[in-house]
Amino acid sequence: MTTLLTIIIVLFVAVAIWQLIKIFDLAQVGASNTQIADDKDNKMNGYLMMGFLAFIYIITILCFWYLGDLPLMSNSASEHGPGIDSLMAISMVVIFIVQTVTQFLLHYFAFKYRGEKGRKALFYADNNTLEAIWTGIPVIVLAGLIIYGLFTWNDIMNVDDQEDPLIVELYAQQFNWKARYGGQDNVLGKANVRLIDLDRANILGVDEGDPNAQDDVIVTELHLPVNRPVLFKMRSQDVLHSAYMPHFRAQMNCVPGMVTQFGFTPTVTTADMRETEDMKDKVLNINKIRTEKSNELTANGEEALEPYEFDYLLICNKICGKSHYNMQMKIIVETEEEYNAWMAEQTTFAKSLN
Amino acid sequence: MSATVDTHNHDDHDVHHHKETFVTKYIFSQDHKMIAKQYLITGVIVMGIIGILMSLMIRMQIAWPEQPNAVFQALLGKWAPEGVMDADIYLALVTIHGTLMVFFVLTAGLSGTFSNLLIPLQIGARDMASGFLNMVSYWLFFVSCVVMILSFFVEMGPAAAGWTIYPPLSALPMAQPGSGTGMTLWLVSMAIFIASSLLGSLNYIVTVLNLRTKGMSMTRLPLTIWAFFITAVIGVISFPVLLSAALLLIMDRSFGTSFFLSDIFIQGEVLHYQGGSPVLYEHLFWFLGHPEVYIVLLPALGITSEIIATNSRKPIFGYRAMILSILAIAFLSTIVWGHHMFVSGMNPFLGSVFTFTTLLIAIPSAVKAFNYITTLWKGNLQMNPAMLFSIGLVSTFITGGLTGIILGDSALDINVHDTYFVVAHFHLVMGISALYGVFAGVYHWFPKMFGRMMNKNLGYIHFWITAVCAYGVFFPMHFIGMAGLPRRYYTNSNFPLFDDTADTQVVITVFALIAGLAQIVFLYNFISSIFYGKKAEQNPWRSNTLEWTAPVEHMHGNWPGEIPHVHRWPYDYSKPGHDEDFVPQNVPMKEGEEELHH
Repeated sequence: MTTLLTIIIVLFVAVAIWQLIKIFDLAQVGASNTQIADDKDNKMNGYLMMGFLAFIYIITILCFWYLGDLPLMSNSASEHGPGIDSLMAISMVVIFIVQTVTQFLLHYFAFKYRGEKGRKALFYADNNTLEAIWTGIPVIVLAGLIIYGLFTWNDIMNVDDQEDPLIVELYAQQFNWKARYGGQDNVLGKANVRLIDLDRANILGVDEGDPNAQDDVIVTELHLPVNRPVLFKMRSQDVLHSAYMPHFRAQMNCVPGMVTQFGFTPTVTTADMRETEDMKDKVLNINKIRTEKSNELTANGEEALEPYEFDYLLICNKICGKSHYNMQMKIIVETEEEYNAWMAEQTTFAKSLN
Repeated sequence: MSATVDTHNHDDHDVHHHKETFVTKYIFSQDHKMIAKQYLITGVIVMGIIGILMSLMIRMQIAWPEQPNAVFQALLGKWAPEGVMDADIYLALVTIHGTLMVFFVLTAGLSGTFSNLLIPLQIGARDMASGFLNMVSYWLFFVSCVVMILSFFVEMGPAAAGWTIYPPLSALPMAQPGSGTGMTLWLVSMAIFIASSLLGSLNYIVTVLNLRTKGMSMTRLPLTIWAFFITAVIGVISFPVLLSAALLLIMDRSFGTSFFLSDIFIQGEVLHYQGGSPVLYEHLFWFLGHPEVYIVLLPALGITSEIIATNSRKPIFGYRAMILSILAIAFLSTIVWGHHMFVSGMNPFLGSVFTFTTLLIAIPSAVKAFNYITTLWKGNLQMNPAMLFSIGLVSTFITGGLTGIILGDSALDINVHDTYFVVAHFHLVMGISALYGVFAGVYHWFPKMFGRMMNKNLGYIHFWITAVCAYGVFFPMHFIGMAGLPRRYYTNSNFPLFDDTADTQVVITVFALIAGLAQIVFLYNFISSIFYGKKAEQNPWRSNTLEWTAPVEHMHGNWPGEIPHVHRWPYDYSKPGHDEDFVPQNVPMKEGEEELHH
């Protein structure tokens, strides 16, 4: 019944809009209307072009004003993070300048040279100097950005084995994450999904005969010691997933049938990050929003929302099926001691088997 | 060239007195103008309405997640129990919206309408090289539309793996309901679509190369034709690769091969697949997928070039630079696909190479943008609705193109890959820009297609509401993307981290809904003008190109007598030494008149 009602209402609204347009349309009959723009139209639209330019500028300013805090620009938590952030800032400045100038020229010209009867346009077909200038300037600017970008990229993607990184496997499946540590020897045991044996609780398909595998540790919450390089080895058991850790400026797809990798060094512990001014503001703001929503919910007799406390997250960023929107794992960055204490409590692979 | 024209002149008379039945005139027509209209109605209007409705439902779900909505209940039926949208159908909507808009509306709809209408008319040909293949191309497209729409009605719902349908998600029916029959129909529909697209493209290429009238050298072609021609070339190069990817995926799905699959454990069992790689599929897909962006965009830019020049009453600035930049974009577009795959697990060195080629493509794009702006300078701008949409296109092309500098940079892409930043970027640069191209083209060539004028004031209302809303939707979206919000999430309520983006999502959705309603203005204008619009004169925009030398009445063969010969380039607007501010291409050069362009 509601369905029928909705369809009828939607239809009525559509018909109403249609009729309004029709009235508008019919009201114009009679005038010597050729449907070709005349001076009046040119003038009106010329001014609207300037109005539109103002609109573009205003929406830009509003976005920076209200949403400028949203981007995770100031709170990167990895060694390479500031490199990416400053490249981002430089690119944004370049974009901002070009955008402001070109939009101005486009809309200002549209206003300034709006047509008038009897005026003749300037026949101006080409100018090689001008063409050379606006080919040359982008070449130079882009060359700078490309070189800067490539250095940053190579820094991030080159994993230095000399640094003795902590090896962690990120294991993705519909719709959750697991992490596997190499244990005492920091070497991951061999694994393949063909070795998965659910009866023995070997859920990641780790090779039970591999000596390196015995001390591996499998967990559902990722703990990382601060300031130690981590090299993630990623696997997926079913479909593509993407391991996205926005605060660490890190992302890599998890691909069934192969092992991908990404390395970084976390530099700020979870506890320290919670104490930064930016993060305090953000959390305060989010909790304000959540309280408002909770009030609404409790008024309807539903459960209130939990207050938000900041945590680093690993989230899935490649469409992977129904619950893609809720595939996450908490990441805790802590001091070396805290990490070691936590690790000592974990069960090794050999002991976890049934 | 001239030989071909002559033979056409011979059968000219027969053509005129050929009896056209309803079926041969309106259904199985081989006339390029009728086929263009068929593409316009099926591709742009019908598929466009479905695609836009889907996007509005997606936006409503994002703004008011998991809340009962009567619209969902009415339109989605069993997929929205008690009006709450199901998570699986959300992904299906995202998938089909992308597929419809990219392929059906902006590839077949845009090229099919305007390449078909304008290529013969603007180069001075009686029809396409093969009217029959042209008809087959349209009907294959029609069948692919029907198959795609049928997939909405199968038990498990339509394809839901994203418009890129990456395997294994798309290959394994047990991975999600949308990878069952719906996905099979998607693949079948796309295979037919590609066949249609290839037939069309080959026809366009052959026609442009062989059927130009006397005097129409390649450097006298309007930029529309250059754009359609190069678009067709890119299509012929890249679409077969998508076809092979689709066929291999069908093999993996239905015949147990392992092209894209290996080592999979799902729902408690190990599958037999071994040795394939999903990354191979990504390469094949994006080898089409990226050129596809330009298949969508170049025709829109071609249309814009023509409309901006005509309505500025000025030659397009840098005609040869425009052709060269089209060629450069076409070439570069085939070697940049890897920028969609920086974090796919491919070798990081490849990432460096693709960053380099990708940022190079900004150069010809910048040249085009600057040339458009210079064309406006000291013009005598006639603000017809088509002109407004063309200026709007340049604006969104700049805004959307600039953020490409960030996404094309592999280091920056790490953190914004697959977030709303990407959604904002590509919607502005190819979605909105190309749609503006379609609108501009419809307003401009409506008199040619239907012999009547569209209402200009409704056109103004349509443009200004759409223009404001387009920025209102996509400008703030960049910021929630930079906040790290992934795309294709059914709801963000499981991440308190993103709670501060929720208000912005509502604002975006409100803008989107208004923009959607504004399209009713266009629809009304379009339909009522076909029947009641003011009768058009032969050359309403006082344009130089050949289509305006043809009579207003629908006529098989385009010109009643001989095909006009061409004596000049198409952009002699406001040329010194002429009384009128336009000199059509078929007007012979005066004694002592010089070509004032290089």
